[in-house]
Amino acid sequence: MDTEPLIRDRSGEIRQETMIINMGPQHPSTHGVLRLLLELDGETIVTCKPIIGYLHTGIEKNTEYRTWQQGVTFVTRADYLSPFHNELAYCMAVERLLGIDVPPRAQILRILLGELNRISSHLVWLATSGLELGAVSIMLYGLREREVIMDIFEAVTGLRMNHAYIRIGGVVMDLPDGGEAKIRSFLRMMPGRIGEYETLLSKNPIWLDRNKGVGVLTEADALALGVTGPLLRATGNPADLRKDAPYSGYETYDFDVITRTDADAYARYEIRMAEMRESLRIAAQCVDRLAEPGPIMVEDPKIALPGRLSVGPDGIGNDPEYLRHIMEESMEALIHHFKLVTQGVAVPEGEVYTAVESPRGELGFYVVSNGEHRPYRVKIRDPSFVNLQALPLMLEGYLIADAIASIASIDPVMGGVDR
Amino acid sequence: MSVPRSVTDRFTDVVEARGEITVTVAREELLESLAWLRDHEGFTFLACVAATDWLGNDPRFWIAYELRTMGRPVRRIRLKTGVSEADPHVPSVTGPFPTANWQEREMFDLYGVVFDGHPDLARILLPDDWDGHPLRKDEPLGGVNTQYHGAFIPPVDTRTS
Repeated sequence: MDTEPLIRDRSGEIRQETMIINMGPQHPSTHGVLRLLLELDGETIVTCKPIIGYLHTGIEKNTEYRTWQQGVTFVTRADYLSPFHNELAYCMAVERLLGIDVPPRAQILRILLGELNRISSHLVWLATSGLELGAVSIMLYGLREREVIMDIFEAVTGLRMNHAYIRIGGVVMDLPDGGEAKIRSFLRMMPGRIGEYETLLSKNPIWLDRNKGVGVLTEADALALGVTGPLLRATGNPADLRKDAPYSGYETYDFDVITRTDADAYARYEIRMAEMRESLRIAAQCVDRLAEPGPIMVEDPKIALPGRLSVGPDGIGNDPEYLRHIMEESMEALIHHFKLVTQGVAVPEGEVYTAVESPRGELGFYVVSNGEHRPYRVKIRDPSFVNLQALPLMLEGYLIADAIASIASIDPVMGGVDR
Repeated sequence: MSVPRSVTDRFTDVVEARGEITVTVAREELLESLAWLRDHEGFTFLACVAATDWLGNDPRFWIAYELRTMGRPVRRIRLKTGVSEADPHVPSVTGPFPTANWQEREMFDLYGVVFDGHPDLARILLPDDWDGHPLRKDEPLGGVNTQYHGAFIPPVDTRTS
């Protein structure tokens, strides 16, 4: 006689006839190519096994065969929704190895773009989560405002994504003409827009039903599983590296760390909405401080590319003055430029770990140098990768319909998970 | 950040460089050392598990555990242990630090370091039937075949720049 496998659910009750379904990797509600192997008993999830790696592109390995400067263009592609944070954490690591300090104006620009990036990342989260839970209009609104930020990024860096704007020793170029006005007009517009989203969602009975009490992750579980960012702050823990281990001068800015105590998907929603407001506060302080001109890159000619790029009308960064200098005036300058570009910077031996607060939590870079012109090892501690480990705990024993809201509330970005 | 006296008393190999503290222990002492740092020094949070391949050296593989405290200000410490090429086994730290689960799988996947006692030491980023461990320094890189007159783009480590 055939015997059915016996499964015990959370309450210890014996169940029979479970069904295994495959959710993803190409499922519209799994935030990119995430695959879940779900064992279901009726509509209850008995076990959940996340399967990842579909977006693995070998970013860490690639950096070992390029110069230190080129590393920026690789790491920026890891978590593609927070490129500036990837660049910043990597450059901070290399700068610590080199033992150099970054000019204040470059620090301000780094924070400014990082905070705008936090808003755009949270907007993508809001838009996709809304769509997944049936709030289609919020998708349109979220992406509409994100587009304004993308325009700012394009004006400042020349690119909408994968900017490679933060470089070892500073940033690659200063704000363009009209850049400040563009940012100020965004800062004026955005608070009202966040209010609009909240009008649509915060008391919406469907939104409340789908999010309240869903995907609960307690503080103890979160800490044991290494979960950081809004998920941890939703348990009441005020962990935020911008306050706890300030970098780039965050200690001089006035802003609050947002916490909630319900530890559910709704608490994470509230935190992200409030964090956008805090990011606007920080960005406004950055713009005020930028009134003072100053260098945006270290002076050391062995590290910094000597040209002062600016975005031309064709959208490409260039410096005609400097080009004329190396092509027509100085052979030495040309040789120097050639060596810096092809050979790159030699970084002293050692290992460092630097971390920044990305929109998803602690984004760390463990970087090892053996004293040569290329990194020996670059390990990205991506918050999405670590946070995703909490998914089985959030899903098992709950209904499959809640799985969608739980995944969305983690806000995993598969580019960062798989690297 | 200066090294706490208690840490230098407890461990023999403590190095401070660039404001970061690195403690090196033998792999037999790994679990005990991590537990001590967690229980006595407040390093309750394991942020990162990273392997590095020092091909041609013994130990060949170094595993670094980045620990931090919670609260303000954050203090960090790095615990390292080395294993040889012939015996690339490290005890899993998933017991005291469940967060190490996926990161240990990742290091197993990419470097072939075996974490003894891990609950499910399977590949995580690469397909299950992948051959080799791609972040090892002696792993062949492979180039790219193109459609242009059968041209082949050589692997990046054999190009001139």
